[in-house]
Amino acid sequence: MTERRWPEVALHVVSGKGGTGKTTVAAALALTLARDGRRTLLIEVEGRQGIAQLFDTPPLPYEERKIAVAPGGGEVWALAVDPQEALLDYLESFYNLKRAGSALRKMGAVDFATTIAPGLRDVLLTGKAVEVARRRLKAEAGAYDAVVMDAPPTGRIAKFLNVNSEVSGLAKVGPIRNHADLVMGVIASPSTAVHLVTLLEEMPVQETIDGVAELSGDGLPVGAIIVNMTRPPMLTAEQMTEALAGSLPASSIARALEEAGLAAHEDAIVPALLREATDHAHRVALEEREMERILALGLPTFALPLLSGGIDLGGLYELAEILQDGGLW
Amino acid sequence: MSSHAFARAPQLDIDTILQDRDVHILVCTGAGGVGKTTTAAALGLRAAESGRHVCVMTIDPAKRLAQAMGLTSLDNTPRQVPGVCAPDGSGSLFAMMLDMKRTFDEVVEGHADPDRAAQILSNPFYQALSSSFAGTQEYMAMEKLGQLHARAQEDGTWDLIIVDTPPSRSALDFLDAPARLGSFLDGRFIRILTAPARGAGRGLGRLAAMGFGIFTGVLTKILGGQVLADLGTFVAAIDTTFGGFRERADATYALLKDPGTSFVVVAAPERDALREAAYFVERLRTDDMPLAGLVLNRMQVVDDPELTAEQAASGAQRLTELVENSPDAEGLELTAALLELHAQRMRMADRQLHLADRFAAAHPGVPVGTVSALAGDVHDLAGLREVGGLLADITSEGAHRDQRD
Repeated sequence: MTERRWPEVALHVVSGKGGTGKTTVAAALALTLARDGRRTLLIEVEGRQGIAQLFDTPPLPYEERKIAVAPGGGEVWALAVDPQEALLDYLESFYNLKRAGSALRKMGAVDFATTIAPGLRDVLLTGKAVEVARRRLKAEAGAYDAVVMDAPPTGRIAKFLNVNSEVSGLAKVGPIRNHADLVMGVIASPSTAVHLVTLLEEMPVQETIDGVAELSGDGLPVGAIIVNMTRPPMLTAEQMTEALAGSLPASSIARALEEAGLAAHEDAIVPALLREATDHAHRVALEEREMERILALGLPTFALPLLSGGIDLGGLYELAEILQDGGLW
Repeated sequence: MSSHAFARAPQLDIDTILQDRDVHILVCTGAGGVGKTTTAAALGLRAAESGRHVCVMTIDPAKRLAQAMGLTSLDNTPRQVPGVCAPDGSGSLFAMMLDMKRTFDEVVEGHADPDRAAQILSNPFYQALSSSFAGTQEYMAMEKLGQLHARAQEDGTWDLIIVDTPPSRSALDFLDAPARLGSFLDGRFIRILTAPARGAGRGLGRLAAMGFGIFTGVLTKILGGQVLADLGTFVAAIDTTFGGFRERADATYALLKDPGTSFVVVAAPERDALREAAYFVERLRTDDMPLAGLVLNRMQVVDDPELTAEQAASGAQRLTELVENSPDAEGLELTAALLELHAQRMRMADRQLHLADRFAAAHPGVPVGTVSALAGDVHDLAGLREVGGLLADITSEGAHRDQRD
């Protein structure tokens, strides 16, 4: 068996610019990592119920739930972290303050802590993820082989994960500070890997490059780049050049269409196919240029194709398979 | 299969909206990554080139798009984009990037005497709130919009302000975060926190005073006393300075409900983006806010929809079988590849239309405009002009849709 990538990673954080499909990639990653009898937990922190929609299940509660089985008998569990519940959970488990919790809620303090107070919300969200991931590090009951977090987008990810610096400006001592330190001890360590999802377009690629620099600058561990929705070239390099130059052989295509039994509206089809070929060649050339910029980062890079039928449960397994074949796990 | 509701949806007539002198504010909203900023910039350029005096406020534009509009730094001041006007010389385009911290600082400086302002600006809570609180960007976008609008009313520099909205967790945050921040800052919790400064529990009533004891106890335990002290100082300073954050938020919110405001909801033909768009459309309806329509970006163009995916795929299959015995193997292989490519595009277009149909069926009467997927990124005025043209072009985009019926 080949050597596993990231054997020591307990927490996989998946981020990406909006629209790049980070939820889909996080789910595919959780499926891949759950293969062969392993158990993974997919965590959502933005309250969008994207995981439930992807797996076609009812909205997820603040509770760990099995949502899928992986090839070879593994299991994927899911958890939607709600910051308010996480706060009450935190008060109860660390301070035994369950009853005070409801009083705090009435006074608007829970709302304060989870939506207004800078950084606290992120402490709670990352804190919950770290708590679950630490079960494996501490070999506790209910441990998962890996925890995969569908995290906030690239533009906010470094700030989100770097809860320590956020909180340290506010709380120099005290329990919140200790908690933040504990969370950072896991996040800024080899137990965590932050993966960035991108499309091969200028804006997401630039955001990915900036994101890698920001994460590295903050001492946060960057894992892999996952290039999503790529369009595999349908033409040979030579044909691409001809397509860009507009010199594909129209008459030869017209003859071939007759052989294919599509002679009926050949007059309309030939120019349409030629335009589509040129468009495709431009797109592929653009993707190649952007791919070079991604590869220049020198990070493990995996490519997932654009599924023309869209992402359903079947498509998700297909993507997991591709990640597996690409040697992600 | 599908209801064809999308084909029956009214066409978004963007030029009429841009030409409507009664529309003073246009808000572009939608999920992250759907092209809001580009849409806002393209609409701004088109409006300016048809004679309007436009200010586009962007939140976080891509570097090259910002450069295309002459924005080289984040300086919070609208700058004129050189060389943009209508053929008759009227019209102008200004653009700016929002600097949320700077905007917040300016609000503080504008409402407090220098000493108090300095005290607030150096408070750690203020610094965290103004630079990283998840709702600050929305609040400051609203604040800036209010300022730009006031200036436009005063000196007539602009007659149309186009706003790009922050990349929030949810598009609805743009509407909700300011009120949330406002009600928090004016709320009971803050009054309790600031109570020590005014004499503990006074005026709160006996019950609240009791709660107050537990409450500060818990908070001190969790946050530590120093955080609470900083927060108290901050809140007291803010409170006396602003005298009504909520009022401020409410005033800007009222501006958004004004008939002179119109919303353009931007989406890509993807499930999540359209769901977000649906939430927003429903919310606008509930709150009686004027919706101009939906812009669907990045629609797959199909050059010849007469040739179905199935026909193309089976043609490709047939050619692959014939390759071996053909004198023009190369031509057959090429054509097979082209047919396969066409089939892929048709499938993609079908899926997108299916999603658009679902949206249109659930929201009949919402005007829809489409922008076809461009082969490259938009990063100059010519590109923005092209996007604006695609949005306004009723004939070619409409033609695609009609062919389905």
